[in-house]
Amino acid sequence: MALKDSMRPSELPGDNRAGTAESPVTQRIRIDAIPDIVTARQHGRELADRYGFSETQATLIATVISELSRNMVLYAQGGTISLRMAHGNPSVGVVIRAEDHGPGIPNLDRVMMGGYSTSGGLGLGLCGVRRIADEFRIDTQEGKGTTITVTKWSE
Amino acid sequence: MQKKTTILQLRNYLVATVQTTLVDQDFITLRDRLVSQVGNSRCTGVVLDVSELDVLDSFCVRTLSDMARMIRLRGADMLIVGIQPGVAFSMAQLGLDLDGVPTALDLDEGLAYLDSKSRRSSGRIPAWH
Ligand SMILES: Nc1ncnc2c1ncn2[C@@H]1O[C@H](COP(=O)(O)OP(=O)(O)OP(=O)(O)O)[C@@H](O)[C@H]1O
Ligand SMILES: [Mg+2]
Repeated sequence: MALKDSMRPSELPGDNRAGTAESPVTQRIRIDAIPDIVTARQHGRELADRYGFSETQATLIATVISELSRNMVLYAQGGTISLRMAHGNPSVGVVIRAEDHGPGIPNLDRVMMGGYSTSGGLGLGLCGVRRIADEFRIDTQEGKGTTITVTKWSE
Repeated sequence: MQKKTTILQLRNYLVATVQTTLVDQDFITLRDRLVSQVGNSRCTGVVLDVSELDVLDSFCVRTLSDMARMIRLRGADMLIVGIQPGVAFSMAQLGLDLDGVPTALDLDEGLAYLDSKSRRSSGRIPAWH
């Protein structure tokens, strides 16, 4: 099942274009346990600071990374966070991708409505991330895993 | 190693200050220390300063409201101070709130709030006729 929100038509450079003069190599952070969450969100904040995002936007980016990586630790035995820059016009974006090979999210529609949790949580993580995101895409397949891609533009 | 949180007693209050980024287990440890110390020291209020925290995600917020609820059950009030502007903004966007836990701008305001609250409640103790 795939779900996609696109609020901006600009084309994102694909992974193959990472590493050009203007966009740094994609950073991949392995998320296995809770402390990795802190590492990943520090990388996100650094990237946001380096590219002139506001303090509030840097916090939003760090929060998205925190929610997505915690979900991977809790529900998918870990995964990977990848961070890269997207160059739109006139702004730049941070693209956050959370990829895991966990059980997938069978009841995605219910989850995206919010307030649903299988861990006694608030169930606000994913629908909150979608609200924060400028672009949001989730691909999930039962038994195969989940990939969530979030773009946050600088303006 | 530098302590991640410090807890000081100030009059009949506990002042807990987060010194650095916390992982989940640190929140649980802090909660347990506060819930036990609030009884040992007969405190009527706890101020938790989170100005050093750069992210409060759904897990952290849930842990903080649980902490406040437990402290209330122990007979004291808990108040959170120092939530950074960006953190407040992202909490609002995530749809998170602190479930009625009072907040104040900084430590001074937090203590002033607890003082005014304890004055009000001592005024409410029924007179003995
Ligand atoms: N990567 C994932 N793999 C499998 N299931 C997931 C994944 N992420 C989320 N889920 C499922 O979706 C539900 C909702 O996730 P969401 O992050 O919105 O809330 P939560 O983690 O339960 O609580 P919190 O509000 O603390 O984040 C989870 O309880 C879990 O069942
Ligand atoms: Mg979650």
